[in-house]
Amino acid sequence: MADTAVQRVESAGISGQRGFLRKTFLHNLPAKIAALPMVATVLVVFVGCTLWTIYYSFTNSKLLPTGKFVGFDQYERLFATSRWNVSVTNLISYGAMSLVCTLVLGFLLAVLMDQKIRFESAFRTIMLYPFALSFIVTGLVWQWIMNPTLGLQGTLRNLGWEGFTFDWIANPRMVLFALLIAGLWQGVGFCMVLMLAGLRGVDDEIWKAARVDGIPTWRTYVSVVLPMMRGVLVTAVVLIGSGIVRLYDLVVALTNGGPGISSEVPAKYVYNYMFSGGNIGQGLAAASMMLLTVLIIMVPWAYLEFGGKGRRS
Amino acid sequence: MSQTATMAGSAPATGGAVAVEPRGPRPKPFFTPTKIIIYSVLVFFTLYFLFPLYVMVVTSFKTMPEIRFGNIFAFPSQINFDAWVKAWTSACTGLTCEGLSPGFWNSVKITIPSTIVSIFIAAVNGYALVNWRFKGSELFFAILIFGSFIPYQVFLYPLVMITRELGIFGTLQAVIIVHTIFGMPILTLLFRNYFASLPQELFKAARVDGAGFWRIFFEIMLPMSLPIFVVALILQVTGIWNDFLFGVVFAGTQNLPMTVQLNNIVNSAQGTPEYNVNMAATVLTGLVPLIIYFVSGKLFVRGVAAGAVKG
Repeated sequence: MADTAVQRVESAGISGQRGFLRKTFLHNLPAKIAALPMVATVLVVFVGCTLWTIYYSFTNSKLLPTGKFVGFDQYERLFATSRWNVSVTNLISYGAMSLVCTLVLGFLLAVLMDQKIRFESAFRTIMLYPFALSFIVTGLVWQWIMNPTLGLQGTLRNLGWEGFTFDWIANPRMVLFALLIAGLWQGVGFCMVLMLAGLRGVDDEIWKAARVDGIPTWRTYVSVVLPMMRGVLVTAVVLIGSGIVRLYDLVVALTNGGPGISSEVPAKYVYNYMFSGGNIGQGLAAASMMLLTVLIIMVPWAYLEFGGKGRRS
Repeated sequence: MSQTATMAGSAPATGGAVAVEPRGPRPKPFFTPTKIIIYSVLVFFTLYFLFPLYVMVVTSFKTMPEIRFGNIFAFPSQINFDAWVKAWTSACTGLTCEGLSPGFWNSVKITIPSTIVSIFIAAVNGYALVNWRFKGSELFFAILIFGSFIPYQVFLYPLVMITRELGIFGTLQAVIIVHTIFGMPILTLLFRNYFASLPQELFKAARVDGAGFWRIFFEIMLPMSLPIFVVALILQVTGIWNDFLFGVVFAGTQNLPMTVQLNNIVNSAQGTPEYNVNMAATVLTGLVPLIIYFVSGKLFVRGVAAGAVKG
């Protein structure tokens, strides 16, 4: 098979080239040409642009990235800016709440769906449809529902429940919960589908054994099935986690960072400094901090998943 | 039958006696306490998931005086399409008053070529990675997958610089390229896994018969991979349609996609907000992915779960 390829290359008149050249460049040439977009994406975007961003985050670039090297100045200024600190705190609190709630609700719903219920596909369709919608649509619908005067609060007050309060969107201390409600609405269905696939992948023998031993169903789920779903859980955590770090559209649509700066997030900080604040160095420093966060999460995971051997059973 | 079932259901309470138990599995009554709990929790969540859709649709058919009356649950007194017409043709974004329709067509212009280009490139990548491995191909693939977890904000500015240098910043080409780049990791993974699951003998036989890289791809691999193409199509069309960030950065003011236009209509419009128009516009923007979702059914689930299945 390899011979025919070599013969063809030779008959094309390149037989004068040295074997080394042929091996590195000409072997499999069409495949290499076809993979050029991938190679370019990896080298230029995923490696090149990342390094570029990190490098220029150490400069004092303002409107154009031509500034001179200033060391960690941008980072010092970043962590002296209250808006950035609020953004980071928000992301941590929202992220923790969102991760826990999505996983718990996703698992709970998957367990309920696993009880041989009727209308399973109808329930699944309803729970997953928000995932097909964009964060902009999600944010705008919930913005309307949470409208203090004409939304849910106003309606229930008009219907006679005078003390009803649901003004989270306008309340700096509650606005993250407003984000959470909208975010969960969009993402829980997906988590449920993942978990359900994991539950269905558990061997029936396990269930029979647990039943023979007289272990209650909920106990089997928590102590036997859940640890067996490690793969699905890790995937869910990684997917939800990388979505949380990117959180941007939902905030823009639902609160636009308000009231005040109480629902700002890092991704929005980056965008505002780069494209409307005219302070590119700050934006790049903030982006590099986001990169660092992801690396701190991803590197141990990648090491556990692909570095250590024989961990997956 | 149903009588014995209820009898059996209440029997264990008194069950000190043994040996009289009937044989076979105990017939289960439909309304056990557990079932009631399960269904009520599910119904509660169903309401949570359906409520926004209901509110969106109902509000869009109301008139403004009706909305100001302040009952978000109420059904419109009569179905009124004015808000829909206004949302489509004349709602203001703060700059122009052309409604959502230009955004819709921009989204179409962005989505169709981006989907085709990104899927084609990813399919070729996946095929090359499985059947034509070259030195370093697995390393590139690993970096590609790892890169997909890096926040887009890290790449934004350098990509703006690159597209500016190429003279395509603020044009459709720029958005198409960006969508192709960021769709590549997941799609390549999808195709790579699919091609790896096909029997290798097919490829080898074609190779022995003298078919080359492209011939095997177009005449053997493509015809066999229709299902995965449909999954990739669903994934990309919904993903690109729902994109906001790349549209707002790279498309330029002439080509703003529907999501950006929608956000501008609702969040930066001047004057008193018209909630019925806003909701009609929101429904309109969500309509394309919703139709795809309801038509494609299980394939959509496969599409979104594809991102979760590691190779």
